[in-house]
Amino acid sequence: MSMVHVSARVNGDPVEFLCDSRETLLDVLRDRLALTGAKEGCGTGDCGACSVIFNGRLVASCLVLGAEAEGAEIETIEGMADGEKLHPLQQKIIAHAALQCGICTPGILIAAKALLAKNPDPDEETIRYWLAGNLCRCTGYDKIIRAIQDAAAEMREEA
Amino acid sequence: MALDEGKDVKGGHDAREYDHQGPFRHVGTRPDRPDGVDKVTGRAHFGADAYAPGMLHAAILRSPHAHARILKIDTSRAEALEGVKAVVTRADFAEGLEGEDWNILENIMAGEKALYDGHAVAAVAATSKFIARDALALIEVEYEILPHVTDVDEAMQPGAPVIREGAAEPGLPEGMHPNVVRYHESGHGDVEAGFAEADLVIQRHFATEATHQGYIEPHACLAQMGPDGRGDLWCTTQGHWNVQKLCASLLGVEASAIRVTASEIGGGFGGKTTVFIEPVAMALARKSGRPVKLVMSREEVFRASGPTSSASMDVRIGMKKDGTMTAAEGTFRLQGGAFPYAPMEFTAMCAFACYDLKHVRQRGFDVMTNRPKQAAYRAPGSPMAAFAVESVVDELCQKLGLDPIEVRLKNAAREGTRASYGPTYPRIGLVETLEAARAHPHYSAPLGPNQGRGIACGFWFNYGGETSVTLALSMDGTVQIAVGTPDIGGSRASMALMAAEELGIPYEDIRVTIADTASLGFNEISHGSRVTYASGLAVIKAARDAKRKLIARAADKWGIDPEAVEWRDGAAWPAGDNAGSFEPLTIREICAEMGATGGPIAGHYEATPEGAGVSFATHIVDAELDPETGKVTILRYTVVQDAGKAVHPSYVEGQFQGGAAQGIGWALNEEYIYGEDGRLQNPGFLDYRIPVASDLPMIDTVIVEVPNPGHPYGVRGVGETSICPPLAAVANAVSNAAGVRLRQLPMRPARILEALEAQTDGEG
Repeated sequence: MSMVHVSARVNGDPVEFLCDSRETLLDVLRDRLALTGAKEGCGTGDCGACSVIFNGRLVASCLVLGAEAEGAEIETIEGMADGEKLHPLQQKIIAHAALQCGICTPGILIAAKALLAKNPDPDEETIRYWLAGNLCRCTGYDKIIRAIQDAAAEMREEA
Repeated sequence: MALDEGKDVKGGHDAREYDHQGPFRHVGTRPDRPDGVDKVTGRAHFGADAYAPGMLHAAILRSPHAHARILKIDTSRAEALEGVKAVVTRADFAEGLEGEDWNILENIMAGEKALYDGHAVAAVAATSKFIARDALALIEVEYEILPHVTDVDEAMQPGAPVIREGAAEPGLPEGMHPNVVRYHESGHGDVEAGFAEADLVIQRHFATEATHQGYIEPHACLAQMGPDGRGDLWCTTQGHWNVQKLCASLLGVEASAIRVTASEIGGGFGGKTTVFIEPVAMALARKSGRPVKLVMSREEVFRASGPTSSASMDVRIGMKKDGTMTAAEGTFRLQGGAFPYAPMEFTAMCAFACYDLKHVRQRGFDVMTNRPKQAAYRAPGSPMAAFAVESVVDELCQKLGLDPIEVRLKNAAREGTRASYGPTYPRIGLVETLEAARAHPHYSAPLGPNQGRGIACGFWFNYGGETSVTLALSMDGTVQIAVGTPDIGGSRASMALMAAEELGIPYEDIRVTIADTASLGFNEISHGSRVTYASGLAVIKAARDAKRKLIARAADKWGIDPEAVEWRDGAAWPAGDNAGSFEPLTIREICAEMGATGGPIAGHYEATPEGAGVSFATHIVDAELDPETGKVTILRYTVVQDAGKAVHPSYVEGQFQGGAAQGIGWALNEEYIYGEDGRLQNPGFLDYRIPVASDLPMIDTVIVEVPNPGHPYGVRGVGETSICPPLAAVANAVSNAAGVRLRQLPMRPARILEALEAQTDGEG
């Protein structure tokens, strides 16, 4: 089977890759671009562990084909910190102990960042419904909600 | 702080280890976890994040039948496909295994029969994922379909299909179906005499469905095996020494031939305590001579990795009008899939462990069905027992007009109580959790219409197990700890806190690494809530060992006896005026000279701690029922649990909250649904719904600290007990809201509506 040639930008950097037409964007990020921060928890768009920002939209990268990424701007967890400086969401997830195993954490962070871009002051219910597509089996979500609210407050002060 | 002089019990048989009551400088604080940055930046490497040059991708062919004889497997067309490098079947694994090793081999690769929907029958390694999957379609398997059974009660009935003749162990009651393979009975007193003393005796039947641990990370591994017969395995696991042992056995090689490195683990909850794909990947690597990566799909995780058991239970409890429980008995039937060892003895032994009972008897039956081999799930067997028992206790309280916490306090097990399962309790904290629950504002908050409150207690044993730790001092005085228990929920932080406490150095000066199987002594799995207890105890003992050596260096330098030197604030000090007048020697100063003063300094601990303290919890939950739809909303939840001593309170709270959330899912939504054809109907997160963020409220926590006599700081394991009460607590809350008892889980809306309608019909 012939491969598809794709040019895109990931975390601001230009990338080029060849992929099988059946490969998902998640496969490409992980297997071809060595960006393993996005995780495959289900492969069916139910768990959110593979969340990335695709042309400004929060998507499950397991439901996007690699070939669809031609010309796309993609943001992954690897691009969230600014060099050594963690994003406030990253800092607060650590400070609130809002992770146990950490497998869902990259997806939660990407989803939360997308939420705060739309709504800088979300209430608990808004966060819960926004994150309903990001499964966490360890925490019961309590500390995740608190961390996101704390980060949002800090980001509002800085803004 | 006193040194641990000569009190170090090598065998760990002495449970009186508690020697440091505080005050603590580090333990009990909430620093950032050492691996926090790795986990929030995507840098942490989990099971599927490993790659190797020349790596092949593997895929497993699975039986579509619940029960079928395998007449023939023809792999020749798959082998001929371009890019396929190896195909394995059962013939590629060791022969002549016995006991649990045979069971595990039979589970990961079928022999004569496919025993459940999803049972592996062959596997392929190829140059791409797509070729591997395409090759599976070319493997021809000829099946003779056999009758199947997936329900625990049906599997015990005369005439039920036999899963495997001769699997039963000795000691079974007469006349049992061959699917009943083990029996447990325990207790004390004369239950009939006890029931005769009661003013009210209630006996009820309960059922729970199988649930899956639901870790978000599927099983994944990368296997290599050279022509020299030596291999390396990277995998996501709760216990890599166990993986090593099982892979060696199933492949017919020596343990030291396989070095296993545990990746970061994306959740386990008991489900990653055994092997499913690792020996298959090793067999493919051996046959192909290439590295092989094998990752389960989510569907495979549901169909073929361990769910918990489903249960059918009968519980009978007698109570006096004043709330005194006079006797209790229970029968617990658990199916563990097509293999023995459903945890029915734990169900039986945990059932009445919260109560001080003169007369108690419990029986367990281990039953085989055409389902996947059950694997441990957080306090295996206990949550369903608590569901049955605590439901009956709640009903007794209601009928006798008694307060559910007062009744539990009246009957609660305490220090000196003879436990329902045999031993006499040392210091335990059940009463303290009940008192804290009673005092919590949640317990007295008003309820609205269609709302109900549920109370339940829960118990888990906890565990110690083989444990090895090395604590190595660097030339600059910083510390590197190697532990053998995968960090499944922040345990690096608690290890570093305990080492900082002992050594009197900053938390940040300590790095904790999970060592591979070639780099440290044997370690039991991260299970049984044992990590903070056992690896923590080992870290403390290794730090004390290192301190003794540091003190000896200072004593040498000063020319005084080591007994005249004490360790505090990260330095050696002359102990008292008689020791002489010397400036303190810091850990940095001693370490800088270690090469010239006697060589490298490291502390060690290798033993089997046996003082894991049992653990109790009391949960309070408010639920609201929509009588039109049967939907339940959890409004408020409070977990009160004894942690002995909370080393990092945030991660203790996290364990409480996570257990409660899993229990809520088990109570309300989660279940394995099998069709008439014996196939699993819901092998995905869409149809097997674990709680999502919008399903849950904030989960309040109260940490009770009743020290465990078996740990230097009084630590008890906390990971598992938190899932014991929620099934019962939620069922009690829903039953109180509905005005009708729900005795079958999950309490999905349709089942609740049926119960409401049956009640209305009954009244009409």
